[in-house]
Amino acid sequence: MPSLPDMTTPNVEALAARAAAAQGTARPGDAPELQAAFFEFLTRMGDNTLVLGHRVSEWCGHSPVLEEDIALANTALDLIGQTQLWLGLAGEIEGKGRSADNLAYLRDAAQFRNVLLVERPNGDFGNTLMRQFLFDAWHLEMLKALEKSTDPRVAEIAAKAVKEVAYHLERSADLVIRLGDGTEESHTRMQNALDDQWAYTGELFLADEADRAVAAAGIAPDLQALKAGWDAVVADVLEQATLKAPTAGYMHKGGKRGVHTEHLGFILADMQFLQRAYPGATW
Amino acid sequence: MSTPTLPSTEQVWRWLSEVPDPEIPVISLTDLGIIRDVAWDGETLVVTVTPTYSGCPATSIINLDIEKALRDHGIEKLRLERRLSPPWTTDWISDEGREKLRAYGIAPPVDGTAADGRLMGRVNRLAGTSNLVITCPHCGSTHTEKVSQFGSTPCKASYRCKDCLEPFDYFKCI
Repeated sequence: MPSLPDMTTPNVEALAARAAAAQGTARPGDAPELQAAFFEFLTRMGDNTLVLGHRVSEWCGHSPVLEEDIALANTALDLIGQTQLWLGLAGEIEGKGRSADNLAYLRDAAQFRNVLLVERPNGDFGNTLMRQFLFDAWHLEMLKALEKSTDPRVAEIAAKAVKEVAYHLERSADLVIRLGDGTEESHTRMQNALDDQWAYTGELFLADEADRAVAAAGIAPDLQALKAGWDAVVADVLEQATLKAPTAGYMHKGGKRGVHTEHLGFILADMQFLQRAYPGATW
Repeated sequence: MSTPTLPSTEQVWRWLSEVPDPEIPVISLTDLGIIRDVAWDGETLVVTVTPTYSGCPATSIINLDIEKALRDHGIEKLRLERRLSPPWTTDWISDEGREKLRAYGIAPPVDGTAADGRLMGRVNRLAGTSNLVITCPHCGSTHTEKVSQFGSTPCKASYRCKDCLEPFDYFKCI
């Protein structure tokens, strides 16, 4: 049976034609600076979902109960699916023939653009859920804004992902409340998890030149504008969970420009081993 | 050389309505609402498919199944296209598909109950007793409870009936 082209790889010509038909959007070859910023933005979106998806998948077979094992694996699956869309578009915008798989498996840590929060070790179940909640609350605000992107390719990926992420946030918020407002033991663990992760949330709203360029082109929102929505959701959930967010302090940063914690290298060693040892291997 | 008559798109839709979903084989791809368009581009048949979930592992199997079914019906030139927008919603599952799901033991989605980002009211509902009313597909009781927000595939959640005590899958609404 002859095989059809892989449908998960976007039809580059059709997408480029559609993008060119829409006014005011970045096209490969146009305005090289905007193109570079657009690529940067897409790798940030895709690397966040890739690294978090990988982290969450590490729970597979290890969760406290079967239902949570399945839930975590499904959440990871959604995130990896979104990664294919974001990194697929990144490769297309870059125009150097790199596929989503190339970008995921053949870049080194310094080329990864995820925020530090998502590469944090899983810790205990509460720690994993708290990290998920803090990220989900940002992710949902971001995707809601991206649905209005001037670039139709970005808008359609966001419209697809936003449904999945709204569901992720309902689950993580529900569990943060139940465990925070649970037993003394679960409350203590959730408070520790919050104290531990809080200093990694600032980077989600930190904009650099690439962020400002894509915001100016209407491709992505101003990151600071997402903060109020995130603050409100986080405050509501933490209050019900009887947890206290640390007062302002030092915020870690660096992941978005490729300066990572040592944890990312270990993730990549695990994730990329096969393609590094057997280049081009398929199954 | 005579050109064979191309089958009508209606005929192709009928063929596709016989292709089962690989994960839930009682419903067809057309029942599921993921076939968005069937058209001829010259002599090439173009079938447009939308994914249910962006990471659904069944997507590539579905494409193979479509290709195999259409080739078995004699289609030689075939192109599959992916369409993301508008994103798939459970509202597109046909009435017939919903009945087939129920008969198979999967509670069909309750329209209008998808997660929508309006968080607190919904989370309170999830945490409280006033859960979504999901009817048990086995005994018809509405006395059911959620076991987990996720089930055996990305599109389902796990429930349990408090009357007949049977566990069942709920096809979650998106």
